[in-house]
Amino acid sequence: MSPTLQPLIAFFASVGRLLLSALSSVGQVTIFAATTISRAIRPPYYPARLLEQLLQIGWFSLPVVGMTAIFSGAALAQQTFTAGSRFNATSTVPAIVVLGIVRELGPVLVGLMVAGRVSSAMAAELGTMRVTEQLDALTTLRTDPYRYLIAPRLIAALIAIPLMVLIANAIGIFGGYFVAVYKLDFNAVGYLDTTRQFLTATDLQMALVKSAFFGFFIALMGCYHGFRAQGGAAGVGRATTDAVVSAFILILLSNMIITLMAFG
Amino acid sequence: MVDDCKIVLEDVAKAFGANHVLDGVNLEIERGESMVIIGQSGSGKSVTLKCILGLIKPDRGAIRVDGQDLTHLSTRELERVRSKFGMLFQGSALFDSLPIWRNVTFALTQGRARDSVRMRKIAEENLERVGLDANVLDLRPSELSGGMQKRVALARAIAPRPEIIFFDEPTTGLDPIRADVINDLIVELVEDLGVTALTITHDMASARKIAHRVAMLYQGKIVWRGPRDRLYDSGNPYVDQFVQGRAEGPIR
Repeated sequence: MSPTLQPLIAFFASVGRLLLSALSSVGQVTIFAATTISRAIRPPYYPARLLEQLLQIGWFSLPVVGMTAIFSGAALAQQTFTAGSRFNATSTVPAIVVLGIVRELGPVLVGLMVAGRVSSAMAAELGTMRVTEQLDALTTLRTDPYRYLIAPRLIAALIAIPLMVLIANAIGIFGGYFVAVYKLDFNAVGYLDTTRQFLTATDLQMALVKSAFFGFFIALMGCYHGFRAQGGAAGVGRATTDAVVSAFILILLSNMIITLMAFG
Repeated sequence: MVDDCKIVLEDVAKAFGANHVLDGVNLEIERGESMVIIGQSGSGKSVTLKCILGLIKPDRGAIRVDGQDLTHLSTRELERVRSKFGMLFQGSALFDSLPIWRNVTFALTQGRARDSVRMRKIAEENLERVGLDANVLDLRPSELSGGMQKRVALARAIAPRPEIIFFDEPTTGLDPIRADVINDLIVELVEDLGVTALTITHDMASARKIAHRVAMLYQGKIVWRGPRDRLYDSGNPYVDQFVQGRAEGPIR
């Protein structure tokens, strides 16, 4: 082999290795998800665990989600007003706020906030259970960790996150309304009228579809990385980071794909 | 002979990448016997246990419990066989989100809140067996000392009355006196409940006390097995070096 080719081959080899490891990760996540679903549909079921996770993922995330929504809606109204006033289009504020929040900002910001809160917690908890052999202990006590731990988390996220996105949408629109009416002197009734005109069922449906995907990814990444943590405290730390980063990427990527497909 | 064995390992091998942890393990454990596997850290003791428990699938070989080969069972069938097993984990592996009594009865409730009154009673009985009283029932595992956690874990392992109990380094991390309490408990349980016990350890004092027979695992193979009394005059250079704790010898 000619010596000039060697760095080139080394380069392709490393690209190939990277691609292979990425493909194998996708495969492993898919197997993990498929295993969970196939176990979850057969008894025993754990309704108490599901309720606990609904509280954990949904209820206790509400303050964070509410704040995110109200601040974003308020800022969006101000920005739209400032930009619109340059060409006499300040009347677009309610329309842009409602579309921006419902179609994009609501689902994505809620997804990211909840991923930061929930994926990390799941990965840390399951990772600690893995490295302290609590997951093995579950199995030897004839309790399937997929049914007992993973399925309730996935189902709870699938239910809770769309609901939270609906709430966040309402709060976000209210944030915009608040700034528009009390700071930018919009007429309150007119603002709400325009909001209602632009708010369509399709947009809400899309927000729900998006957020169901986000919820699935949030729980899947938290559980998957926690479940395969190894190497003590450092391993749990790595699992937590991986869970949050991969959940973020999957949320943003799937959001883009769904948006491009719906409006393309 | 084989018919009378509770657990039989035949040529069990397991590799993680290029690392051949188990390289053809053969071992028979008789009904009601207390077998102790000794060996260095990393010699494959834990992997052997996890293979029998079905937590790790061996690359080849057969694992028979009561004559039934576990290596080809489905998840559901394996779950049924596991009702014969109890396991004491090295770090106790108690569920820190649950109170002690729900930990102890976990195998019976499988994590569900049912029959609370009866379950507390069962938890109390099993805790009594390991020398703990009812005061600990409602505590969380993190509120107990390491030795007490071990006892709770032992109570959890015996609560469903298993036929076989596995002990993973039962005395590691305990002071010599607490370690001996655990040893006594193990001896007592094996005799009282008539269970078959398989212990892995590198604590020679513990091995001497709880074993009927001892096997030594080295580089993925059983290099010696024999009755406890032969441990110190086995004539096997590996066993001699290990039981005397010498740095020089065939084991590197």
